[in-house]
Amino acid sequence: MTGTNLPTPRLRAEDLTLCYDQRTVATHLGVDIPDHSFTVIIGPNACGKSTLLKALARMLRPRHGRVLLDGAAIASYRSREVARRIGLLPQTSTAPGGITVGDLVARGRYPHQGMLRQWSAEDEAAVVEAMRQTGVLELADRPVDDLSGGQRQRVWLSMVLAQQTSLLLLDEPTTFLDIAHQVDVLDLCAELHARKGHTVVAVLHDLNQACRYATHLIVMRPGGTIAAQGAPADVMTAELVEDVFGLPCRIIDDPETGTPLMVPAAPRRFAPEDPEDTADGAPAAATDAVMAEPR
Amino acid sequence: MSPVRQAGSAPAAKPPAATGRFVYRPGVITGTVLRIPGARGASVRVQGRALAVTAAILLALLAVMVVSLTTGDYELTVAEVLRALTGGDSGGADFVVNTLRLPRLLTAVAVGAALAVSGALLTSLTGNALGSPDIIGFTNGSAVGALTVIIVVHGSMAQIAFGALIGGLATAAAVHLLMLGRGLHGFRLVVIGIGVSALLLAVNSYLITRATFQEALEAQAWLIGSLGNRGWTHANAILIAAAVLLPPAFLLSRRLSMVEMGDLTATALGVNVTRTRAVLLLVSVALAAFATAVTGPIWFIALAAPQLARRLTRTAGPALLPAALMGALLLAASDVAAQRLFAPALLPVGTATGTIGGLYLIWLLITESRKSRA
Repeated sequence: MTGTNLPTPRLRAEDLTLCYDQRTVATHLGVDIPDHSFTVIIGPNACGKSTLLKALARMLRPRHGRVLLDGAAIASYRSREVARRIGLLPQTSTAPGGITVGDLVARGRYPHQGMLRQWSAEDEAAVVEAMRQTGVLELADRPVDDLSGGQRQRVWLSMVLAQQTSLLLLDEPTTFLDIAHQVDVLDLCAELHARKGHTVVAVLHDLNQACRYATHLIVMRPGGTIAAQGAPADVMTAELVEDVFGLPCRIIDDPETGTPLMVPAAPRRFAPEDPEDTADGAPAAATDAVMAEPR
Repeated sequence: MSPVRQAGSAPAAKPPAATGRFVYRPGVITGTVLRIPGARGASVRVQGRALAVTAAILLALLAVMVVSLTTGDYELTVAEVLRALTGGDSGGADFVVNTLRLPRLLTAVAVGAALAVSGALLTSLTGNALGSPDIIGFTNGSAVGALTVIIVVHGSMAQIAFGALIGGLATAAAVHLLMLGRGLHGFRLVVIGIGVSALLLAVNSYLITRATFQEALEAQAWLIGSLGNRGWTHANAILIAAAVLLPPAFLLSRRLSMVEMGDLTATALGVNVTRTRAVLLLVSVALAAFATAVTGPIWFIALAAPQLARRLTRTAGPALLPAALMGALLLAASDVAAQRLFAPALLPVGTATGTIGGLYLIWLLITESRKSRA
């Protein structure tokens, strides 16, 4: 839906083949990130979701193909220039021991600073604004080590926001958080997307969270190819989930938001003991379960 | 849904940019900002505590230097020393100060600073307090290189320095290879480094067995790590090395503090991580190598000085200048102590730093292994 009738988006990938050393993770990826969208990349484990995100942020040089940022190959930019246009939150970062929240968020200003320009008025405005948006302003002089996981993720997000880029790439921002903090972080991303018009690209694990928050979905299948791209309501079907995850399911409307909600099919767990069933092993049992229709 | 969401009203930060002021405390970040007002005006962040600690270490270093130049078998007053330094004395004081004590002192200061910065860079790059050049074998590698030149070629100071550099770089390359593409990180690096270090120690011992009696004595004396009989050749060698290698380290220290957050985060913030790592690793190996070439392997300065500086300044990042001064202070003070406290016995400074540093290492190993198990 989005992307086709719009002008060329700021960030797109053309025919990417991505490898770590000798291992090919993904092949022939063509991806458009629609401007001002909340794009979510989903797919099973090890399908290359995070790898794609890294390539989009120039963390990984593609074996083949290229990533275009604002009409030019991303590889042609200086590192600092990319950092002024794209903010990336990696899966893990290390907070230097003893650093305060304010100082860590301030590090997001690095691409805008220099040897003799270490703290300008704009730096301060950006840091205060970023901390206000994520609600960590009152934690400014607390050591990061003292914070809970949820608060810490807000601080890291705040650091990326302080970079003041309108493209935000988030690699599994909800991992290691409990469900309340997951929703909290995603609400925050949705808010940034809606209010600021930021383009947000996130890798998520939870299909239902993806459908609820995304305006644009990129679904990857094992082996690193694109299974579908588009608005969640258009792409999310039981067939797609079956194809990509091998999980039989039903798609219903989310009673809260009306977005697609994936409900896994009930396993035939309580069927009477059948020696064939167990003898066939796990894959057969999985295909069997396809037939099982929930009541 | 979260209570933190309504934080917009929090009055924690002052409105940004009091542009008219030169000295300004932002509130959201630690430290003070010195600023030249104007749209493109320069601004520099200063950490009060770090500055005070740096000044205190500098004062302590100056005090040790005064003690070093004035005391000894031939007692001098500060005025006599100053006169000798400015060339106003042509007698015994001139000889004692300018030929005996000053080159030795300057060698101690420069070697201490070089080792400390080498250690600060390497522990920061490896993300491990134990990843210092003396622990992970770079110092022993430099020693093998230097010893080969001493025993086989009977080389000059410059040749010994070159040998030490080659030995250090080869060791760094070997450790890198043994990490099997995992980069120079983590506890695994320390374990491999200790193994490599032990191997190289064996090579050193072997080199000594191959030498003539006279060469072996000379080599053995060098291997203990000593500032004895260090003259202007040595002082100049390490001063030049420090003058060339320290500025790039200081210039890249902001980038290094970004790299400490992880390669991806640093790259995302616009740091060319590969280049930064390569340059700083080279600088670190070279500093340790030249220091080792001049004095022989001196243990634990590279390990202890950066940690002490970091703890005292409480900065979140590699505190290179305080570390350099701390290294200079530790080595100069150890040398004075070794010379004066045990006089007339000639105790090499390597023995002094080794004894104190060994205790520190035991403590560090216990705390680090506890951390890595967690």
